[in-house]
Amino acid sequence: MVDCTHCGLPVPAALVEPGSEQQFCCNGCRMVYRVIQGYGLERFYDLQELSDTKQAARTTDRQYREFDDPKFMELYLREAVSGLKTVELYLEGVHCAACVWLVEKTPSLLAGVHEVRLDLGKSMARVTWDPDRVQLCSIARNLDSLGYPVHPFRGVKIRDMRRKEDRALLIRIGVAGFCAGNIMLISFALYGGLFHGIAAEFRNLFHWAGLVISLPAVLWCAGLFYRSAWGAVRVRSTHMDIPISLGILTGFLWGVFSTVTGRGEVYYDSVTLLIFLLLVGRWVQRNQQRRAADASELLYSLAPASARLIVDGEIRESALESILPGAVVEVRAGDSVPVDGVVLEGSSSLNVSLLSGESRPAPVEPGGRVFAGTENLSSRLVVEVTGTGEDTRVGRLMQLVEEAGRRKAPVMRLADRISGWFVTAVLLLAAGTALLWWWIEPALAVEHAVALLVVTCPCALGLATPLAVSAAIGKASRLGILIKGGDVLERLAKPGRIVLDKTGTLTEGRSRLVRWIGDETVKADLAALERHSAHPVARALAGGIEPGKELLQATLVDARGGGIRGTVNGRPVVAGSPSYMRSYTGSFPEWVLTALDDVTSAGLTPVLVSRGGDVLALAGIGDPVRRDSGPTLLRIRESGWTTEILSGDHPAVVQAVAEELGIEPENAHGGRQPEEKLEYITAAVAADDRAVVMVGDGVNDAAALSAADVGVGVHGGAEAALSAADVFLTREGLSAVAELLEGARRTFRVIRLNLIFSLLYNLVGAALAIAGRIDPLAAAILMPVSSLTVITLSYRANTFRRIRDR
Amino acid sequence: MNVVYILLPVALLIAVGYLVLFIISVRKGQYDDTTTPAVRMLFDDEAEKQDDDEEQ
Repeated sequence: MVDCTHCGLPVPAALVEPGSEQQFCCNGCRMVYRVIQGYGLERFYDLQELSDTKQAARTTDRQYREFDDPKFMELYLREAVSGLKTVELYLEGVHCAACVWLVEKTPSLLAGVHEVRLDLGKSMARVTWDPDRVQLCSIARNLDSLGYPVHPFRGVKIRDMRRKEDRALLIRIGVAGFCAGNIMLISFALYGGLFHGIAAEFRNLFHWAGLVISLPAVLWCAGLFYRSAWGAVRVRSTHMDIPISLGILTGFLWGVFSTVTGRGEVYYDSVTLLIFLLLVGRWVQRNQQRRAADASELLYSLAPASARLIVDGEIRESALESILPGAVVEVRAGDSVPVDGVVLEGSSSLNVSLLSGESRPAPVEPGGRVFAGTENLSSRLVVEVTGTGEDTRVGRLMQLVEEAGRRKAPVMRLADRISGWFVTAVLLLAAGTALLWWWIEPALAVEHAVALLVVTCPCALGLATPLAVSAAIGKASRLGILIKGGDVLERLAKPGRIVLDKTGTLTEGRSRLVRWIGDETVKADLAALERHSAHPVARALAGGIEPGKELLQATLVDARGGGIRGTVNGRPVVAGSPSYMRSYTGSFPEWVLTALDDVTSAGLTPVLVSRGGDVLALAGIGDPVRRDSGPTLLRIRESGWTTEILSGDHPAVVQAVAEELGIEPENAHGGRQPEEKLEYITAAVAADDRAVVMVGDGVNDAAALSAADVGVGVHGGAEAALSAADVFLTREGLSAVAELLEGARRTFRVIRLNLIFSLLYNLVGAALAIAGRIDPLAAAILMPVSSLTVITLSYRANTFRRIRDR
Repeated sequence: MNVVYILLPVALLIAVGYLVLFIISVRKGQYDDTTTPAVRMLFDDEAEKQDDDEEQ
């Protein structure tokens, strides 16, 4: 086995050059190698040794002309100091130290580029350059030639806003940590005083110092909690922040009272530590969720931002934003259609599965309509633009998505539900304690009631959910399951209904040869002939048949009108749809008719094959079910979920797939438009107490994904669908869905365990306080111990596991 | 024990100094990206060495 000199992947045997020191797996790698050598950057390969991931580099032949479009500049560019400009670009294929080094070397390769800073975690490069000396398109071409295709980053504004929020929270944590740490030092002196006695003078000094130091933490850092607690009180709901705020404020105010009057206990240490720990818990959870959300937004940047505009017979890459209705654009084979429009020239077939869910390629002719978001499969089209951006069908669907997302009611989380009766119980206990001590020793009544309020302040309870959830999200992301919100896991904990899209989710989403009835010997002949055509059915046939040992001489005669004619080794071979074949062979023999019935009722597209005038075989082309769909659905059903199919494809095809996967016919719905899918899911959510989960991949599913209790976008789906989903999978196949459901159930178990443990600690604290046995030292010990328990439980739990093939 | 009257403010002053430094570093964006700097230090040295060679 020879490894590629550039990317390290194995070199196909046919490409190995004997006697050469450098071997390449593809032309892209050879070119990148030459470019790197040409610039004298060989050290790239030494650095590459440091990384363990290997990935093939690829370059595109894009010119990036749209990067110099005025509209583009207005959207993405920002002014930097002294006439320089900066832009944030998303680079594909960045994965190791060597990439950082290579990308950041750009200034030494191109005069006029001042700085390139790459953020490896986010694959974002910030480029600063002098627009008078170098054009952005040549910088982009340069990065592309090194193997990193460039995309403008959409959503710079949102990211800037988030960055600001992140920094503000970090500063809050810093200040809270400062207060907690310094008060802890002072408190140690006070604890010492508990055992060995302390002069009233110093005791007062330390109390006053504690009061001053805790002011910023209580008044500013904890403002977050008061605000959300107040918000919850105003709408008469309960929230974990209510008991937290209650505990913080009572503890602090009692401390102020004791300090001013010069008698009684202070709880500044417990209060500030509580604030610090809770803020850290929030930070951890936010960061984990942010990572998944960021990843889905980056996907959005991968959607085409440019179109090949035709002006006076010349083709120019142009930013999508600057294209107006009436313009003419070219769509090459293999490209996705960037606009809605009418075909002027060329006939081709489109993969519309992401838009409508239909698995069969749709043919287009001049005069036909094409929609943004579909993929041009076989040949070049020239399209007159009728709508771009929000005026496209996809754009209108995205508005539906947003609406559905807005209407979704927030769920009451377990911790928040507990907090309602928790507050009541704590207040009752405090009142009881006060009454009890009023009767025993009136001077101590308030003191003990306050101690109870402070010691039951739910630090561990407040951390229980965020930590368990963020640990689980971290583990899930390692399995290729990206979860955008923590409440998703709680919603998935109990079995409900799982509604799956068919095309691209349960099935592979592309045409393949699924069934072959008749003579096996014409298989090779057919494959040899079909290799000459770019039609999707031809490609499915050519790709699905292993080439034989015999060398076949195939000549294509005609490939129009639903079939193909040609000669293979001198014998005439004809293949095509039943109507096409009827015009060649007349009527069909009996076995062909039954086979035809058989194939069409299974939802497959039939292709008849004849050699020398007789029909010899029948091929069924279809969209095969993924290998892991069956076992995964079985596993999901076994754990109590109801499985359903909701598809835009023909009902007959949907029923065939449902039967294969063991789904009841009444739970398989076909022929649904995106709007109907949304309606179905909205009705299901309203009618059912159980969670309604939607799994899909296409733009046609996006609104339904957003309306469902939990939307899951599968690998390879449209960007729109992935950004509408609450969870998206970066791994091929459906087994990750089962892992998600099982992981959610285990995470919920951890959350419950955490809540039970922290309630137990509170119970102990409350009992001590009622007995009058609590003092600041006991409170200061109970709090971190209970939090540590919760942290350990959360991070040790084995929530997300990969399912091995059974 | 009276030394506490001096020690306490001094200790706090030092701590405030670090807190200010922390806030400045956050504002400057030093915590925005915590992965790349760790790999960037791998190659800065080499570049400098090459410069030295050229000077000699």
